[in-house]
Amino acid sequence: MKSRLLGMIRKEFIQMWRDRLTLGMMLSMPMMILVIIGWAINTDVKHMGTAVFDQSRTPESRDLLNAFTNSQYFNLDNYVDSYDAITRLIDGGKAKVGIVLPPDYARALKQQRVAQIQVIVDASDPMVATSAINAASAIGQVGSLRIASEMLQRSTGRVPPPTPLDVRVRAWYNPDLVSAIFIIPGLLSFILMQTTITIIAMVVVRERERGTLEALIVSPLRRWELMIAKIVPNVVLAYAQMTLALVFGVWVFDIPVRGSVVLLYFLSLFFIMGTLGLGILLSTIARSQQQAMQLAYFIFVPSVYLSGVLFPIEGMPPLAQTVAYVIPLTYYVEIIRGIMLKGIGISYLWTHLLVLAVIGVVLIAASILRFHKKLG
Amino acid sequence: MTEVDVAAYAVITEGLTKRFGEIVAVDHVDLKIRRGEIYGFLGPNGAGKSTTIRMLCGLLDPTEGSGHVLGCDIASEPERIKERIGYMSQRFSLYEDLTVRENLEFYASLYSVPSGIKRARIEQMVRMADLTGRERTLAAHLSGGWKQRLALGCSIIHKPELLFLDEPTAGVDPVSRRNFWDLIYRLSEEGITIVATTHYMDEAEHCNSLGFIYQGRITAQGSREEIKANALKGQVIEIECHPMREATILLETLPGVAEVVRFGNTIHLVTEDRSLAPADVEARLIGEGLKVDRVETAIPSIEDIFVSFVGLADRRSLRAQLKRMRQESI
Repeated sequence: MKSRLLGMIRKEFIQMWRDRLTLGMMLSMPMMILVIIGWAINTDVKHMGTAVFDQSRTPESRDLLNAFTNSQYFNLDNYVDSYDAITRLIDGGKAKVGIVLPPDYARALKQQRVAQIQVIVDASDPMVATSAINAASAIGQVGSLRIASEMLQRSTGRVPPPTPLDVRVRAWYNPDLVSAIFIIPGLLSFILMQTTITIIAMVVVRERERGTLEALIVSPLRRWELMIAKIVPNVVLAYAQMTLALVFGVWVFDIPVRGSVVLLYFLSLFFIMGTLGLGILLSTIARSQQQAMQLAYFIFVPSVYLSGVLFPIEGMPPLAQTVAYVIPLTYYVEIIRGIMLKGIGISYLWTHLLVLAVIGVVLIAASILRFHKKLG
Repeated sequence: MTEVDVAAYAVITEGLTKRFGEIVAVDHVDLKIRRGEIYGFLGPNGAGKSTTIRMLCGLLDPTEGSGHVLGCDIASEPERIKERIGYMSQRFSLYEDLTVRENLEFYASLYSVPSGIKRARIEQMVRMADLTGRERTLAAHLSGGWKQRLALGCSIIHKPELLFLDEPTAGVDPVSRRNFWDLIYRLSEEGITIVATTHYMDEAEHCNSLGFIYQGRITAQGSREEIKANALKGQVIEIECHPMREATILLETLPGVAEVVRFGNTIHLVTEDRSLAPADVEARLIGEGLKVDRVETAIPSIEDIFVSFVGLADRRSLRAQLKRMRQESI
């Protein structure tokens, strides 16, 4: 038995090593994702190109515009002389925001009338629009408050009380609200799942396609030995991928790992077992490598959209939430975010461990049973 | 089957049947294959050869019937059978991304060849397959004949008592086929029982015993001599005469004639039974004004017997197919 299993595992490793293309792709995939998310995509909208039509040209109007600049959301790089010019710049995509100050801005303030400021936002990109609107409203409110208290001081000669309400929001775990930090661990989990499922399904289907499976079935090799031999090298490969991704992510992109790496590796084993079981299960259904790939997409699509990798589960309708909680990736994403970003320990994660373990056992058992049927 | 039979025969089956839905691939097959013999299992494509072999190897479960291989029940003891048999299919079952040596090492470990003798056994197989110096070549880079011999090496690396060969020479050049059969003879001399399926008739001549299968049924079985003596209901008459064209047309109309085939200068006449004598045939030909050089009975070839089991309608196309294969193999 020892000879059979070891021989089979050795063979799998040799084949894996000979298939450099697949190996290289599997190992470099997470790095590609890190580079794309880390460098190319900037989901935090700051320094939006802004066109200004300041008809007032007074110290008061400059004060207000400085407030816009200081917020860092707006780059006031285009001062124009007409409303049309603003329209042209926004239409041409040269500016995302336009600010129009009326000619009587300073006068209105002095006369204690309402001064109207127009902020035009290119809302075709909702992310930009939301940022711009929030920032502009905040600047408006802060400015109004400051002007109101100054006027109060001037008219009564008394120092006004500080602002009555002081709400201070603290963003925990990701204080700068960098969305990359939220997305990267999830995407790495998804890549891990995608590669493990695909590769093991391919490896098993290939064995059938090339007729070597027949020789294995005729040999004394046991079904479970065959499964273990297929799973072991792929677990090693999955850990290699994970390690590379973590090292790269921490060193190059400063992704935090606040919790225990040992715990992360331990819990990952259960997730990997589940995805490998799923991969083998696919291989028993698919007749060709191509079919296996197509089937795999039926798992990938709901996994990436419903597991909370890209969108929070809390915001989904009840049915979608129910589906989300039968997807193994959902649990793993919570584990990996929990450990990396929050630094939480096993006491918060043991239910996740339990669920993943059950899913893993069920999938591997099912794949062994189905494999049995395919022989007859 | 009795216990004595089970022990005496390498393979013995009773009513072995395999259905795939409506299709009966193997229909109540009774096989008796003695230990130490080379048994040729003949039949046209789709006759049920491979399905039968697959049931004997434990690749498929029989729908009905029973069988014993090396004294073990194929239904209840397949794992015990697997350790003692070798199996080589026409697909060769080699790992193309592994080298010659790695393939042999893998199959040695699969059959738990003891590590003490593993090296020597691998060397032996490399020599047998004439692959010395190519141990580090990827199997993908070997030509057909080499692949075939390597596959044979992989399937006998554990010295099985019984070797199943499922169309082992399909798609291999004639020289390699002859070399291959030389190897099979040597294995047989070492005492290994060989069961080979083939649709090359010349290969049947290499076998001690033959079984014919057609549409899932065994139509004849026995030693090669028995088969040649008894399996044909009619007889074979060889005729040399001129002009051959007219003779062929005339002979086809004679009552009691099953088949008229031309082999070079000779007309090969297969009769349906023994009632048509060579003298009658000669008389008819002379009566029609043909010049007759020779008319005599001949020992039927394996091909004649093989064709006689096939339905009348299929015989002509089968002969044509066999002729093509004969030409390929020269």
